[in-house]
Amino acid sequence: MDIIAEGQGKLVGYRDPDETRRWNLENKSRKLEDKRMSAREAVCQFVNSGDFIASGGFGHVRVSMAIVYELIRQQKQGLTMAGKTAVHDIDLLVASGCVDKVEAAYSFGHELRGLSSASRRAVQTGKCKVLSEISNAGYQWRFLAGMMGIPFIPSRILLGTDTFRKSSAKTVRCPFTKKTLTLIPSCNPDVGIIHVHRCDKYGNAQIDGALIEDFELSRASRRLLVTTEEIVPNSRIRREPWRTSIPFYYVDAVVEAPYGAHPCQMPLQYFFDEEHISEWLNLSKNDYGVKKYLDKYVYSVETLDQYLKLIGGQRKLKRLQRIEKAVGRNLVA
Amino acid sequence: MANRGNDYTEVELMASIASRILEDGKSVFVGTGLPVVATVLAQRTHAPNILIMYEAGGIGPQCPVIPVSVGDSRTFYQGIAASSMHDVMSALQSGFVDYGFLGAAQIDMFGNINTTVIGDYERPKVRLPGSGGANDVGSLCYRNIIIMKQDENRFVNKLDFLTTPGYLTGPEAREKAGLPENTGPYRVITQLGVYGFDDETKRMILISMHPRVNLDDIKNNCGFQLIIPENVKTSEVPTEKELKILREIDPTGIVLGKS
Repeated sequence: MDIIAEGQGKLVGYRDPDETRRWNLENKSRKLEDKRMSAREAVCQFVNSGDFIASGGFGHVRVSMAIVYELIRQQKQGLTMAGKTAVHDIDLLVASGCVDKVEAAYSFGHELRGLSSASRRAVQTGKCKVLSEISNAGYQWRFLAGMMGIPFIPSRILLGTDTFRKSSAKTVRCPFTKKTLTLIPSCNPDVGIIHVHRCDKYGNAQIDGALIEDFELSRASRRLLVTTEEIVPNSRIRREPWRTSIPFYYVDAVVEAPYGAHPCQMPLQYFFDEEHISEWLNLSKNDYGVKKYLDKYVYSVETLDQYLKLIGGQRKLKRLQRIEKAVGRNLVA
Repeated sequence: MANRGNDYTEVELMASIASRILEDGKSVFVGTGLPVVATVLAQRTHAPNILIMYEAGGIGPQCPVIPVSVGDSRTFYQGIAASSMHDVMSALQSGFVDYGFLGAAQIDMFGNINTTVIGDYERPKVRLPGSGGANDVGSLCYRNIIIMKQDENRFVNKLDFLTTPGYLTGPEAREKAGLPENTGPYRVITQLGVYGFDDETKRMILISMHPRVNLDDIKNNCGFQLIIPENVKTSEVPTEKELKILREIDPTGIVLGKS
């Protein structure tokens, strides 16, 4: 296959498939082992400054904020992040100085809520670098190739655009169709971070609702930190094995984190905390506000109870649960 | 027709016009913002059997209100599947998606769009979110609809960044680049008018102007040479029923409250 064109974007999170096989052979246990630990231990043990990280969920949906807060608390530095419809997570991580490099499919925005002032400012002033561009399907397929143990996946996206020019993809003449084809390089993040509805102590995890790209991301990640609304007995997993979204052998840490996605939505459990997201969006308009927010909700918080009290306690949580479960009614947040 | 004269906003007008383009029994891949509102409106009016697909995996929802995010649990409320991005993107790539529905920050005469940066790429004046699913939709769906605000900084001769392909440089450019056949931009809806693309040149052509908009408004808010045919229709305004439904499906005004 002759290369027709090559994107100039930096190739990040790429590993030779043989290197990935060696890593999986040497570092991923096939034994059922109790992997429960705190968010602090998980981040301390498995995340190194300079790592390439990818967070599961989508936008403000089912994001492991428990780990995001912990990354900030431990002041991890020089992280590169997968901007795969990364919204609140990446905004906080860029604003706090943990992440300074991004591969962007969708980043620096809050969907309907507008643009992210803090991370946008960081890009515009050069504090945060965008290493390469890609699309959502492109990112998804990077993880797909990563989990399949192959170096790339062919596709028909990005063609003819600047998104391709700034990507790490290549175009070739397809040996079968003779048409131009885009090769999307595989991606095996150093650390994947995924929040799930329930999980046993070994890491067998169930996700309710859309999987988004977490099926692929979980399997492509070299280290996978799973935070869970609840820890359930292994017998519950075995009763309905078809519901297992992530089997244990991909998982390195199991962290019990009820409301661990707040202020993001946990599908079928609790709604977006619009009040809290607005508070962040307002405060993050300048560096002083960013500091104020992080001091209040991250640095000075030591326990989950403390955090939940700060964001409005049981009353707020009940309301978010009620709204999430009342789809179809008048859904004023 | 039961019109309410002045009693609608620009955004409501755009949403109702956009909704009428969608056909019952066809599939649509919906991007965040106004596209969601227009699609849910179509489903509640003339297209009850429209197959709605959201990129995070929500398929065929029947949700009475709009999702706040295209990954929100409402994207599969009473749906036929809550699957995955790989599933939906693969359906898009293998030709199951009739309509795409996107927003944009800039567009050019061939319907190419920019959602990545305003200004220089290395030191952008404004860093926008990037492609998201837009490049995928713009590359792979049969008919792409773009809904956006129009002024001369948005309807531009040259994009600051070509995020998502329209007809690229003109006739046959898409096919030459390797994009699937019979795909491309179909309609552009703004606060001033509705546009299509000329079959021969693939350049943007004015189809209708909204009430109280004249040709000068259209031209003054466009940085490139539009094709303007002899007789340009006036766009149909929202009906009372459409307005009532619009306000029901976005009760907090998260989309319609903004303009």
